[in-house]
Amino acid sequence: MALPRALWRRHLPLGLLALFAVVVLAGCAGENYPQSTLHPKGDFAELVDAVFMKTVWWATAIFILVEAALLYAIFKFRGKPDDPEPKQVHGSTVVEIIWTVIPAAVLAFVAVPTVQTIFKTAEIPASSPDGQKPLTVEVIGHQWWWEFRYPELGIITANEMHVPVGRTVDIRMKTVDVLHSFWIPQLAGKRDLFPNRETRLWFTAKEAGEYPGACAEFCGLQHGKMLFYVMADTPADFDAWVARRMQDSVTVVPMAAAIPSDTVGPAADATGLMDTLTVSPMAQAAMDPRVAEGEKLFLTKACAGCHSLKAVGGPPVMVGPNLGGIGARRMIAAGWMRNTDENLKHWLQNPQEVKEGVLMAGYTLSDAEAEALVAYLRTKQ
Amino acid sequence: MATTVLEPTMTRTAALAKRSVLVDWLTTVDHKKIGIMYGAWAFFFFVIGGVEALIIRAQLARPEATLVSPEFYNQLFTMHGTTMIFLAVMPLSAMFFNFMIPLLIGARDVAFPRLNAMSLWVFVLGGLFLNASFLFGTAPNGGWFGYAPLSGRQYSPGPHMDFWVLGLQILGIASLAAGVNFFTTILNMRARGMTLMRMPMFVWATLITQVLVLLSFPVITVALILLMADRLFGSGFFVTAMGGDPMLWQHLFWVFGHPEVYILILPAFGIISEILPVFSRKPLFGYSAMVFSSAFIAFLGFGVWSHHMFSTGMGPLADSFFSLATMLIAIPTGVKIFNWIGTLWGGSLQFKTPMYFALGFIAMFIMGGLSGVMHSVAPADLQQTDTYFVVAHFHYVLFGGSILALTAGAYYWWPKMFGKMLDEGLGKFHFWTTMIGFNLTFFPMHFAGLLGMPRRVYTYPSGLGFDLYNLMATVGAFFLAFSILVFMWNVIKTWRSSERAPADPWGGATLEWTIPSPPQEWNFDDEPVVTERDAVWGMKRAAGVRMLPEPVAGDGKGIHMPGPSWWPLVVSLGILSFFVGFMFDKPWAFPFGPVTVFGLLLTTFAIFKWAYEAPDAHATNH
Repeated sequence: MALPRALWRRHLPLGLLALFAVVVLAGCAGENYPQSTLHPKGDFAELVDAVFMKTVWWATAIFILVEAALLYAIFKFRGKPDDPEPKQVHGSTVVEIIWTVIPAAVLAFVAVPTVQTIFKTAEIPASSPDGQKPLTVEVIGHQWWWEFRYPELGIITANEMHVPVGRTVDIRMKTVDVLHSFWIPQLAGKRDLFPNRETRLWFTAKEAGEYPGACAEFCGLQHGKMLFYVMADTPADFDAWVARRMQDSVTVVPMAAAIPSDTVGPAADATGLMDTLTVSPMAQAAMDPRVAEGEKLFLTKACAGCHSLKAVGGPPVMVGPNLGGIGARRMIAAGWMRNTDENLKHWLQNPQEVKEGVLMAGYTLSDAEAEALVAYLRTKQ
Repeated sequence: MATTVLEPTMTRTAALAKRSVLVDWLTTVDHKKIGIMYGAWAFFFFVIGGVEALIIRAQLARPEATLVSPEFYNQLFTMHGTTMIFLAVMPLSAMFFNFMIPLLIGARDVAFPRLNAMSLWVFVLGGLFLNASFLFGTAPNGGWFGYAPLSGRQYSPGPHMDFWVLGLQILGIASLAAGVNFFTTILNMRARGMTLMRMPMFVWATLITQVLVLLSFPVITVALILLMADRLFGSGFFVTAMGGDPMLWQHLFWVFGHPEVYILILPAFGIISEILPVFSRKPLFGYSAMVFSSAFIAFLGFGVWSHHMFSTGMGPLADSFFSLATMLIAIPTGVKIFNWIGTLWGGSLQFKTPMYFALGFIAMFIMGGLSGVMHSVAPADLQQTDTYFVVAHFHYVLFGGSILALTAGAYYWWPKMFGKMLDEGLGKFHFWTTMIGFNLTFFPMHFAGLLGMPRRVYTYPSGLGFDLYNLMATVGAFFLAFSILVFMWNVIKTWRSSERAPADPWGGATLEWTIPSPPQEWNFDDEPVVTERDAVWGMKRAAGVRMLPEPVAGDGKGIHMPGPSWWPLVVSLGILSFFVGFMFDKPWAFPFGPVTVFGLLLTTFAIFKWAYEAPDAHATNH
């Protein structure tokens, strides 16, 4: 081989180094990583990040020292074939004891915070930073979507979990089929879902925002599209969301049409939760003739067999995702697609194309029918 | 057998010489030929696993891609993992066990030559059986870890996971038989004077690896039997509705699975510990510490399995125990790395291709080791587990570790195995392309994982910041594939060259370099006597030479070697038939279908014939 070997030798390490630098910088740079473990936005994730960063610094220091020693040896002790035999050293007890003890000591610096953090994260706090009792949310895993239940509020929803900022969330998990793993990197680490025992996790969101999460335990065909969001709302926004869920109804048309703009609904009156809700967009949407058509289709095309449009009441485990407030959700198909009219229509008409293997069969829907359904679902705010 | 039809005047040796090449290789019990076949088949499966990896990387190059279906993707990553672990890295190590162990300990063969042939054929047939699933479009699709209940009958109907369960069961037989064989060989067949603490480090690594095999494979065997019973006979060991528990599978799997990691890496440690002293012209630094650290790693390897399960929520006490136990492994592993650098220190380093790969191994393994310590921090692992950070970590250990070391071993022992030297220029080109491709593929995965990309997803949405890292990894993977082509080119070039390798091209310290390249069938004309560690260096020093004179090939007169036999191959076919039968026979209707029964009878018959086969010491030359 007549390769310019000197050239290789001189430029490759530099090139590799530059490449690594680019990669490292790109990783640290931005706010464009909403699913990042390196940018925690909740207390659990911060505890984990703190102990992780400790190990990162230790590991980096050791990495540099040991690789430097290796490189030094490689360059310092280059020999020629006819050099005399080097001194035959068989070992050194002192040196070997030193380099057994030093790593052990370094490990102690990692081990202590590790155990501390294990115990800190294991205990679900009795009260939130805001003084309230933690909010319980039950997570039920399904192939391939997430059911979220709020036992204290009586609310059921799917794929988008709303939580109030500053209030600790006490998550209790189970699966109805195979194992899954619940993971919102910016808020907390993973916890697996089992069919035969409840697993638990907790976190407190520190900043309002939309945090993407994913199933992290391989769960079959559509594991890749079993995503979800945690919507950390300000307490006021969260209360408003709760109020809207209380008010969800299947037959939106007569109700919405009957309500004049800027007044609150009867359900909200009863609970006193609805200060901010305005129903004018719903009322406007209700003027659209497609909405009535969509409602009819929803009830006749088997949608209602698996999906409920009411977030309150309902069976202990859903067959399909609860659709209360579907019109206002960010994503559809378990966090996979933006909830635009075109995407929703495409999803309704071709669920097997978007997400092969889902239970939702391809009900034959004409364009007009699909558009009517979309218009109807859009009223579910 | 062929001999029965031959004229009585024809000697047996002549008869053997007349056997076709194919028959010769199918019936051989020569550890060297078996080693070469292990290597060739393992490399074949390695290429298949590599092609699977390339398709995976092509699919992940861009977000929201639709190059392959989710079903095929799941088959690809399941088979990539299963293939690389059981059909590539383990048998590539077995190639060196087979070819080198008898030579390194000064023996003429292994303790059980026919059992050795059986291990090979069971492995080959098991590997072909697993891969045959692709021909039916029903390759395993539940991950190499086969977690229940996804791997059970309810959620994985069809033959996919049957192929996996039965295939691994077949491969386990090969591993266990080889484990018994090499454990016995090393303990009983060492040259006179070769005490345990005079054994070359690769022999130690092999011995400890066999202990791991013998203790951990029974666990996966039991787990697979339970899963097979669930799938085929409707039992409920892992079925919640029947009182079973999916956690049981995880514990059984990882009690095997973690020692398996050391089964993959300890032979690599051994190879590196052979190569560094030779190319530093200086003995291994801290031999005893290297022996005990290997043993300690193996011992601890049985006490850390649950660090694969931190996210299951085992509670703070269990998490703490398995965190701390895992961290302990860093100590003996660190000792090894320091001792390797200590071996280089003050040496006269000779930069040949094996040395390049050995040094590359150390540099990359440090990285994989350190990211391993990061996983041992249980809370941090809650963020890392099942992400691309873990994928990056174990590829630094298994590719940057095992594969680089096995490649170093290939360059180092190639002249002994084939009597020809691999090309140095191409070898170094191979090294640099490997290093670039490897790091470009796997380094960015650390970032993809820390930025939140889960493993085993067939696609990912854009907008999460994974795109760049995935594209880099894909480019790197194809570069890495190119480096494998360079190696294949090197092999072909060497094959066609007529230049012969000397017996001792590197100035070796171990017994294999005292005999011709390639060795005669009987290895050693006279059984060697060993009086010290690095025995051959001692001989050279005593003779006052740097290189031993080229050995004169002996005629093998009076040396009795075991004769070839068909029965190991027939037993293997019987075992294959026994397991395949479970797929055809619908055993839940009737537990013993004809194919299974045939396999059982064939195996029994062949073992009987094997046992009563004449000890037929076919003298190589009377």
